[in-house]
Amino acid sequence: MLAPLRFERGPRMSTQQKTAGALQHARLPGWAPGVVLTGSAAFGGLVWLLSGNVAFGVAGLILAFLIAMPLWATLVEGRRAGVDRAVTAMVWSAFGVILIPLVWLIWLTVSKGIEAINMEFLTYSMRSVVGDEQGGLYHALLGTLIVTGIAALISVPIGIFAAIYLIEYGRGTKLSKAITFLVDVMTGIPSIVAGLFAFALFALVFGPGRFGLAGGIALSLLMVPTVVRATEEMLKLVPDDLREASYALGVSKWRTIAKVVLPTSIGGIVTGVVLAIARVIGETAPLLVASGFTNNVNTNPVDGPMMTLPVFIYTQYTQATEKGALYAWGGALTLIVIVMLLNLVARIIGKIYAPKTGH
Amino acid sequence: MSTSLDSPPELMPPEDEPQLEGHSTFGDRFFRFLATSAGVAIMVALALVFLFLGLEGFPGFDVDPSNYDGKGSFGSLVLALLFGTTYAAIIALIIAVPFAIGVALFISHYAPRWLSKPTAYVIDLLAAVPSVVFGLWGGLAFGPYIQPAHVWLHEHLSWLPFFSPTPSATGRTMLTAGFVLAIMILPIITSLCREIFAQTPRLHEEAALALGATRWETVRYAVFPYARSGMVSAVMLGLGRALGETMAVSMVLSSAPIITLGIIGSENSRTIAAHIAQNYKETTPDKVAVLIACGLVLFAFTFAVNALARYIVQRGERSHA
Repeated sequence: MLAPLRFERGPRMSTQQKTAGALQHARLPGWAPGVVLTGSAAFGGLVWLLSGNVAFGVAGLILAFLIAMPLWATLVEGRRAGVDRAVTAMVWSAFGVILIPLVWLIWLTVSKGIEAINMEFLTYSMRSVVGDEQGGLYHALLGTLIVTGIAALISVPIGIFAAIYLIEYGRGTKLSKAITFLVDVMTGIPSIVAGLFAFALFALVFGPGRFGLAGGIALSLLMVPTVVRATEEMLKLVPDDLREASYALGVSKWRTIAKVVLPTSIGGIVTGVVLAIARVIGETAPLLVASGFTNNVNTNPVDGPMMTLPVFIYTQYTQATEKGALYAWGGALTLIVIVMLLNLVARIIGKIYAPKTGH
Repeated sequence: MSTSLDSPPELMPPEDEPQLEGHSTFGDRFFRFLATSAGVAIMVALALVFLFLGLEGFPGFDVDPSNYDGKGSFGSLVLALLFGTTYAAIIALIIAVPFAIGVALFISHYAPRWLSKPTAYVIDLLAAVPSVVFGLWGGLAFGPYIQPAHVWLHEHLSWLPFFSPTPSATGRTMLTAGFVLAIMILPIITSLCREIFAQTPRLHEEAALALGATRWETVRYAVFPYARSGMVSAVMLGLGRALGETMAVSMVLSSAPIITLGIIGSENSRTIAAHIAQNYKETTPDKVAVLIACGLVLFAFTFAVNALARYIVQRGERSHA
């Protein structure tokens, strides 16, 4: 199998070849993009100085590059090359523009979040905190751990076993086709609808109210399809030779799955589970609806509302005060650090247990 | 590679003949039961979602008109909200799609090798940022920052219906929400597109280059035709995500259930998800029923969009087979 094609500059031609090529078009020198970029940057800088607005400067840089590069190429190399240069310039600009919001967001979260975070912020709840008194997100941190833990407890076994059914038992059966389809449908459930479902379920069974458990159920609904998908992919990677070798030794099917198939794919499955957790831990809408909010520490998932980190950020934001905004950034930094740590853990696990394809 | 993934039972004699049995039939049956019931549990869960949302939401279709936020009936409320939902998602798509395809091309074809992988990683990073953080950034930083742009648009382009309302003083507008949504759906479109672009048969591309095509012509005539159905479905999946996105929109947008084309005023159309999130504190049964009914409509709507996306993918696969 050939690797995907990549537009890269080939080996440089010697001067002799260049001058000898009467059949060759005039070409822009290799340093042309660099020169144009420098010129555009100078233009952008000038705009920035004159207008005092960095956004205009960036826009000036990009526009100058987008116009100058194709123009020069058209003049020297012809129309087709000009169009080609224009597209290349656009693709590079798209990449550059996308970095702006990401860098802005991360920088803001880190710089404002660090202002908010201190020992008290992490170990106090907001119970009876008024005015400018120091409060914290301890209750939300605890709630997030409990609610996400519940979600993982529900969805990990169901997800993994469902994937085992799909790959090992139900190949081609009607039931497995139906389940695959429904997993697809589940992937598309808007998160707030999952929250409404958990709320409706509990309202019908226990009467209206918001609980940590309801939030956990809502999140598990969002988590199951991710776990099924990840596990399915990993089980598919296990070579059939392993299964057949095991059968040939007279090992029963379930032992083959438990002792051969699962251990072979465990790294990928764990990675998938951790990534699924990282995905749902930042969900806000379902928890807002299903778990509600409180200023107190609540560790009982079936008794009253339970605060979670994303909801903490949201409620602090809706205070629309200086302190609320600060606390929201503090919560956001905490949440992002947790999500990034989970991603890192998933990566490390994936590296350690990378599927060994022997042949 | 062997062809059958199946286990001894298939190799064994048919049912009516005595079967060879290992020593752990109970374990086998039990494990099979576990796996099957997990699969069935997913079906039951989804059925329950419909059942409970239906049971609790059905009364919401027809309650006292005072519960419909100034709208006379469920129909007109949900119509206004559906308009807002679609409008916000379409604005987001218009902004996101060119960038998403550009970045996908950058990763798959244009970037030098050393830059390609880190870029893909950065896009994944963007996908990992929780939506509430995007909402925070949009509401506190991005919205106020582009507020002057609203004024400028109003001053120069107010003859367009989009820019005719008096510009909002806070920047909490449909325009801002569209930008924030666009950034949120960009990673999903990008990652799907780049995978499809990378799958283009290398021979097609080399043939194009050998015929003297420029890089853009190679992309235009070899990569895009091959990837068309995949690109469409990626965009549809992005649309599905934009439709269901709640927090970022409800934190950025100051809205009401109205139908307006204006995207820079302080009165904007509201999305279904934001409507639910902003009224989640409601406790009167009638209002809760209306919210759940709205959720049901949103579910049906996103389901239709996702189903369409899947259908396009399947059709595309068949035409390539």
